[in-house]
Amino acid sequence: MTDKNGDLNVVGQPWMKVDAMSKVTGETIFADDVILPRMAYCKILRSPHQHALIRHVDVSPALERPGVLAAITGKDLPIKYGILPVSQDEEALCSDKVRFVGDPVAAVAAVDEETAEAALEDIIVEYEPLPSMMSIDEALAEDVQIHDYADEGNVHKFVSLEFGDLEAGFAQADHVREDVFFYEGNTHLPMEQHAAVANVDGNGRLTLWSSTQTPHYVHRALEKVLEIPRSRIRVIATPNGGGFGGKSDPFPHEIVVSKLAMITGRPVKVTLTREEVFYSHRGRHPVLMWVKTGMKEDGTITAMHFRSHLDGGAYGSYGVASTYYTGALQTVTYPIANYKFEALRAFTNKPPCGPKRGHGTPQPRFAVEVQMDKFAEDLGLSPADLRRRHIHPPFSKTVNHLTVTTIGLDECIDKVVEASGYEEKRGQMPEGKGVGLGCGSYLSGAGLPIYWNDMPHSGVQIKIDRGGGVTVLCGSIDIGQGSTSVLAYVVAEELGLDLDDVVVYTGDTDLTPVDLGSYSSRVTLMTGNAAIAAARPLREKILKAVAEETDTPEELLTIHDSLLYRTDNETLPLMTFAEAAALAEARFGTLGAVGSYTPPKRGGNYKGAGVGPSPNYSYSACVAEVTVDPETGIYRVDKLWIAHDIGKAINPLLVIGQVEGSAYMGLGEVMMEEMVYRRGLHEIPSMLDYKSPTTLETPEMETFLVETDDPEGPYGAKEAGQGPLLPIIPAVANAIYDAVGVRVDELPISPEKVLAGLERKARGVEPRVGPDKIPDVQFPDPIRVDRPEEAPVR
Amino acid sequence: MMRLPAFDYYAPKTLDEALALKQEHGKEAMYVAGGTDLYPKMKRKQMTPAVLIGLSEIDALRQVENGQGLTVGANMTLTEVANDPQIDAHYPALAHAAGLVSSPPLRNAGTIGGNLCVDTRCTYYDQTYQWRKALGFCMKKDGDICWVATSSPRCLAVSSSDCAPVVIALDGEVRLAGPDGERTIPAGNLYVDDGMEYLTKSPDEILVSIHLPPRNGWQMAYWKLRRRGSIDFPILGVAVALKLEADGVCRDARMVLGAVASRPLDVSDDLKEMLVGERITPELVDEVAQKAYRPAKPLDNTDMHLSYRKKMAKKYIAGALSEAAGLESPVSPISRQ
Repeated sequence: MTDKNGDLNVVGQPWMKVDAMSKVTGETIFADDVILPRMAYCKILRSPHQHALIRHVDVSPALERPGVLAAITGKDLPIKYGILPVSQDEEALCSDKVRFVGDPVAAVAAVDEETAEAALEDIIVEYEPLPSMMSIDEALAEDVQIHDYADEGNVHKFVSLEFGDLEAGFAQADHVREDVFFYEGNTHLPMEQHAAVANVDGNGRLTLWSSTQTPHYVHRALEKVLEIPRSRIRVIATPNGGGFGGKSDPFPHEIVVSKLAMITGRPVKVTLTREEVFYSHRGRHPVLMWVKTGMKEDGTITAMHFRSHLDGGAYGSYGVASTYYTGALQTVTYPIANYKFEALRAFTNKPPCGPKRGHGTPQPRFAVEVQMDKFAEDLGLSPADLRRRHIHPPFSKTVNHLTVTTIGLDECIDKVVEASGYEEKRGQMPEGKGVGLGCGSYLSGAGLPIYWNDMPHSGVQIKIDRGGGVTVLCGSIDIGQGSTSVLAYVVAEELGLDLDDVVVYTGDTDLTPVDLGSYSSRVTLMTGNAAIAAARPLREKILKAVAEETDTPEELLTIHDSLLYRTDNETLPLMTFAEAAALAEARFGTLGAVGSYTPPKRGGNYKGAGVGPSPNYSYSACVAEVTVDPETGIYRVDKLWIAHDIGKAINPLLVIGQVEGSAYMGLGEVMMEEMVYRRGLHEIPSMLDYKSPTTLETPEMETFLVETDDPEGPYGAKEAGQGPLLPIIPAVANAIYDAVGVRVDELPISPEKVLAGLERKARGVEPRVGPDKIPDVQFPDPIRVDRPEEAPVR
Repeated sequence: MMRLPAFDYYAPKTLDEALALKQEHGKEAMYVAGGTDLYPKMKRKQMTPAVLIGLSEIDALRQVENGQGLTVGANMTLTEVANDPQIDAHYPALAHAAGLVSSPPLRNAGTIGGNLCVDTRCTYYDQTYQWRKALGFCMKKDGDICWVATSSPRCLAVSSSDCAPVVIALDGEVRLAGPDGERTIPAGNLYVDDGMEYLTKSPDEILVSIHLPPRNGWQMAYWKLRRRGSIDFPILGVAVALKLEADGVCRDARMVLGAVASRPLDVSDDLKEMLVGERITPELVDEVAQKAYRPAKPLDNTDMHLSYRKKMAKKYIAGALSEAAGLESPVSPISRQ
């Protein structure tokens, strides 16, 4: 069944996902499908206040209700935790203070969900409301602190970094622009609501099944909060029905069901309602950005000063990393000789923000790509040509000490510009129609782990059965992106197997070696490299045993389709893989191997240098074509052309799926999605009212995969899950400008805003809609970092 | 997850049985047809009936009769109405409106009767129990305040039916069966401008059928505003019906706006005054739109900004009127639903 594909038999082919049939037939066991004997159900009581002290909680009336098995409060789970070691600010149940509407306060386990829900009404909580802050401005103005560990007041984190010499850079500029942009927060909206089941067995050992992207981090959090050694806890990540970053934190509900299982001695399940998923959030930060850029007449960027203000919501979550990410990759997309980045993240009384697909980078990408278009117009250049002048030399360093390897951005731009007819259409289409271009870059996995350690980021274990079956074990978890399939492809490739002979087990802390999780677009690159490292010694053993048995020189042996061949006679197999494996087992003992991957240690030595380094970076470009109704401001995206530098597509079908899925998600962010609050409450916490595009809003997409054969990735691969989202948003914004001459510098670009811009245009006022000022904040003096010697100076 | 509370369910085969069950169970009982509006609302405890009387097995509610005009049984699903060749041939605006309700699976379950009686909507009311409790219950359920306008003496929830404005614009009638017999009323008289008591139909009565008069050359159109091309309720609807002479002169005209008040808003009087006896031109369409949109009073309780919805009322009136009059619409097809 395997086609020859150069030297590769499996990699590079458009296989069906290995779990596709179980998904489409409904066999896949998601967390909510886990049902155990005597299972109890948990419901969580949440805060009705944005900000309040908890004076008193009494769960005893709930315990009197027939069918209630246990009820707990913050007193039962007093130890704080958080995904980042620097932000250990969360409680599974709030003990003394609530910080947003939806913050968990108490939990009940009962014989059924109805009883548990009814029992929540029995719980008595006395609150003392505090002033609440629903925006950055309010957070900066208010004296009351949401957390007492903030850098200053309600500023969770300040960042101030300067690379090279900003002043000298601006002095060289012929043209300087200052622009302000706002990117509204939005959420992941996975189809599957978070769910978890906990069980304590007769030996007192805890097992948690959870819809999580990061079983290893959940394992660590459970150990900390429950005060049980990790060796007594098993975390099983169930296949995620969509993650997008929204299931990457340890969550209160996971800890709560574990505690309730320990108390009741029964399995306990929780399935969040859609409303609770909105409160769990960890989605896109709202970011207000000011960007000042200097350019020479020929378009060379001489300096950029980027300032971002993040509305973090009520807890730290990944926020410190998110904050750095709003500044880290500007220099990876385009070379910037001198760069200053200032940022603050404010605490507000809203559900906590965190990582969503693109983590901290779609916001600056929107700002910079729209500003690039404005520069192109100012300088009379084609926006495509302007971008083409900013391609890093391969294998060079950025001004902030990041190492870029291969770069396919120029080819990506060429592909989409040519296929869309961008240059012929730009400014030439009938009124109401227009095209726009956007570019972006993204990391293939963070170069550093979330908690400091020298261990590998990904481990893979392989065992070979005497029947020829190969079992692959890895701590990664498939969130729909196909990571389990990629492991199967890689091992099948390395061992010469038919895909049907490989089975993959993932995300089980008892069985699988640690992988840090399905976040940061790290899985294909890191687990792929780990799988290669595990498989190659096994292949050598098998070939050696077969060589000895058949008296064939080892270098003349090859394996494909689970059959052993001599390369000088590939019509007649020597034996089956199962027979070869038996020979190898007889010769070497039980066949198993482990392999691991640790990213290369790169990046600068300054504080904050940990965010941004990656083994390699993907690049993407997009052209969008839109039609705008000037009467209503309603617009339609007619088509997207997207090119993505994937390095090497291990499965082009899955890559295209990721590219188009990213584009769809980006479309939602630019067109309509927003987390909005009114009277302190989330205004629209349902899938009906939180507007996300349907298939009717999703245009035809033409996708081009650019292969740059990167030396860091398995078979040359880079990431695909996040980067392609980035160019979509500015491409649509720029296309709307091309269509009707209106700049909406604020997301989402709703028909209201387009119409407001058209009305301004009709009145002869600047046809721009968006913020025009930023908070007056004194940022700390920057950490000054010299340009690395290898950085190109243009 | 959200649980549907426990309730008793009856499936009567006749209208009389259904009416008798309602008499028996009184206020704790409700009728249900497709349930696409009611069941989610029960999960959110917006409605808390202990007894449901299902109407789906009553044959009398499923009939479509030709005669003087057309009678459409209330239990016809929205998919059936949207795809019915007779309705499409004679009342295309109704087929169009029915086909715009929600999404295909919900149109397969939801009925035309249910859409005419659909509960008024409000972003302060269409929330879970815990959400409404956190803010403080509103007067429509469990509370005594209207959060849309805290000084309002009445509930300002919004009429959100796609079909109602069309049926009224087509001069339709509805037949109601109650414990004291049947009555037929003009469809416009079914509604009251009150977000809570928005129907003149008593809770004991069953909407049996909708009667539409013969077309007699009436031209019609329905335009709908919403964020997306599917799923969403209308946040503005414009139903127009025009009776044009062979020479293009307008003899009669009706227009009803949806989702701008707690009831479908009939602005036919203004329209008639401006159109009857006139030949409809783009200039006249513009003139009408400038005036007819004024009674629309969108509030901050649906999707999209209220001032935008008010502006769109003018544009969509022009669009729907142009379409019905056979003129080119000033509004692009991409805005039309």
